[in-house]
Amino acid sequence: MAETYTISNEALDRLFQAMAQDGRRILAPVDADGRIELQLVARPADVAQGYLQTILSAKETVFPKVERLLSYELEPSKVDLKDATPQALPTVLFGIRPCEASAFAALDAVFNWDTRDAFFNARWQNLAVIGMACTQSDAACFCTSVGGAPDSTKGSDILLKPLADASGYQAEVLTDKGRAIQALVPECFLSSEPSPFSPAVVESAFDQPALTAKLPGLFDNELWVDQSLRCIGCGACAFVCPTCVCFDIQEEADAKKGERLRCWDSCGFSMFTLHASGHNPREKQSQRWRQRVYHKFSYYPQRYGMLGCVGCGKCTRACPVDMNLKEHLKDAAEVQA
Amino acid sequence: MNERFEPKITAFVCNWCTYAGADLTGTSRIKYASNVRIIRVPCTGRIDFMLILKAFERGSDGVIVSGCHPNDCHYTSGNYHARRRWMVFKEQLEFMGVDTDRITFSWVSAAEGAKWAELVNDVTAKIRALGPHEAFHALAGQGIN
Amino acid sequence: MADLVSQAKELLDSGAVQVIIGYAAGTNGTRRPHVARSAAQAACLVFDEGCVQNLASYLVKPEVKRFGKAAILARTATARAALQLMAERQIADGSVRILVEAGDSVAVLDSAEALEAHLALQAEGISAKDRELLERLRAMTHAERWAFWQKELARCVKCYACRNSCPMCYCERCTMDCNRPQWVPVPSHAVGNLEYHTVRAMHLAGRCVECGECGRACPVGIPVHLMTFHAEDSVRRQFGSEAGRTAKLDYALSTFKPDDKETFIR
Repeated sequence: MAETYTISNEALDRLFQAMAQDGRRILAPVDADGRIELQLVARPADVAQGYLQTILSAKETVFPKVERLLSYELEPSKVDLKDATPQALPTVLFGIRPCEASAFAALDAVFNWDTRDAFFNARWQNLAVIGMACTQSDAACFCTSVGGAPDSTKGSDILLKPLADASGYQAEVLTDKGRAIQALVPECFLSSEPSPFSPAVVESAFDQPALTAKLPGLFDNELWVDQSLRCIGCGACAFVCPTCVCFDIQEEADAKKGERLRCWDSCGFSMFTLHASGHNPREKQSQRWRQRVYHKFSYYPQRYGMLGCVGCGKCTRACPVDMNLKEHLKDAAEVQA
Repeated sequence: MNERFEPKITAFVCNWCTYAGADLTGTSRIKYASNVRIIRVPCTGRIDFMLILKAFERGSDGVIVSGCHPNDCHYTSGNYHARRRWMVFKEQLEFMGVDTDRITFSWVSAAEGAKWAELVNDVTAKIRALGPHEAFHALAGQGIN
Repeated sequence: MADLVSQAKELLDSGAVQVIIGYAAGTNGTRRPHVARSAAQAACLVFDEGCVQNLASYLVKPEVKRFGKAAILARTATARAALQLMAERQIADGSVRILVEAGDSVAVLDSAEALEAHLALQAEGISAKDRELLERLRAMTHAERWAFWQKELARCVKCYACRNSCPMCYCERCTMDCNRPQWVPVPSHAVGNLEYHTVRAMHLAGRCVECGECGRACPVGIPVHLMTFHAEDSVRRQFGSEAGRTAKLDYALSTFKPDDKETFIR
């Protein structure tokens, strides 16, 4: 049950201090030479102003780009094996957008599917999300086409909406984690009626349920070839994506010691599905591109009852050749089957 | 008693000239610093610049790369190719901020047993003065969560 | 601006080429590569000041090559890359129609010779901004440079956008993909990132056409192009050869002169 409060800028500053005193590190979007990146911050003044989104997603906090799983030392007649303990520091993600906040559910679906991933869970349990509703959007955004919204509360423990007079924020406290943060400085949260908020306008671009229903029949359609002709097969889209979860496991060892690392992987890479036999079921970029769309809009709904895409548009902005996902999905929704 | 820093130095040497030269150093009973670990390759032309990076990655404080003098390569031109490669690689490493004083390139022939000893002693002293290759050693484990 | 688009469409309509590699309007006012294999698909082609990306990598992409002969809208960078690809035997001389601006009109270059002649008249080098950045870096101490690159490379996620956007990185099995042994670590930790970028710069020394596409492609804003620019400059200064200027391959690292001069070999 959500309760609405007002938190002034000064009160927010006090909240930051209280969270730090409570042993939590705060990660927020920061202006780093013109790029918006998630970094450690001390006070609200350190947070970027007027930003749309970070380049990389917040998934780094629960699924880092490189992570140690185990390490070992080799001696003549024994192996000294140590499981790695994930460094799951209590963390507050401040100022991420509703699209990204809602993406954690898609990661959770995979990391807790049958095996419970200890590394993801340790980090996830120690993470709280203070989301920030959007007052602006750009041509790459399409949250409203995939069941999201610029002011959606999904995935946030506390959702902030900037007040029109810039004196602070409306705060909705949504979960137990959110209430625990509120309890640090309850006087900073003034009970109030919901105040008017103008969310960013994000026009719906395509009928997603219709597209999802249509996809099985489009598998052999030529459109995947044309859409992917400019794709260069890099991993930029998968790596910036808040829901993409594919990973590689690499062993780095010498004669005396070694470690096993998990790192990000991408279905766009040419060798992603290369078999040891030499056969590659997805040897053409069009097959890999098709896989990307189907995984997010067909297989995820089948398997997990949710979409594998939150419409944040990060992939579009990061892509060196502007593979605009919203455009491609719209075209797929409109193509003659 | 002070523990003196003993540098680890990897030497990539060609089989026909420098390796034979190092052998001569030994048979001539010339003493030289024991900090060097020699890795023999058929020719300096075979030395991929990755080998030098890997030596630093695996803990070397200094690297020696040595082969036949120009015009004396057992395979005629391997060392000419190697020379060009080093001319570019050295500049690239400098650009990346690696301390290239830690890498020594040389021509040591099969007859130059004394030169090999002098080279190794000089390099060992130089690397000892530079200290452990902290910059590179600090990379290990960095960027891993 | 010369009307390259109309010329390209004519070539497609006449059947002289089966595919046009050009540009189209992209998201948020940008321009992006566009591959058109029909008149309908060619309708959205544009060519203006925003069209700066190097398109030559599409000339060696199997998915594009399979359609047949290509016409490509080429800025100087694309033309230099195309010539280098011809010199490296990745494109057959005469198999591509390269459309360039010749004053206010369009020139259609269809041979390595023609490309060479055209490029001899183009003075474009790297941008003033990049030249200034390079000079600033070279003026630093090696410790300052190390700190600079370690800070930049810490952001690298090994997406390979830099490699894949480069026309010269056309190897079907890149050295990064070799896993017996795994020469270059796959994970994007400090060692993996340093080694990957150093290896790539070395593989491009003498082959880089200085288009800066790799730097543009990087999603996290690392100036990776400076590394390959430096390697290319190193080869140009020391051996006098330059990528993408001659039809005959003049690759510094596969040739030598007995009297190559250096100052550091004992």
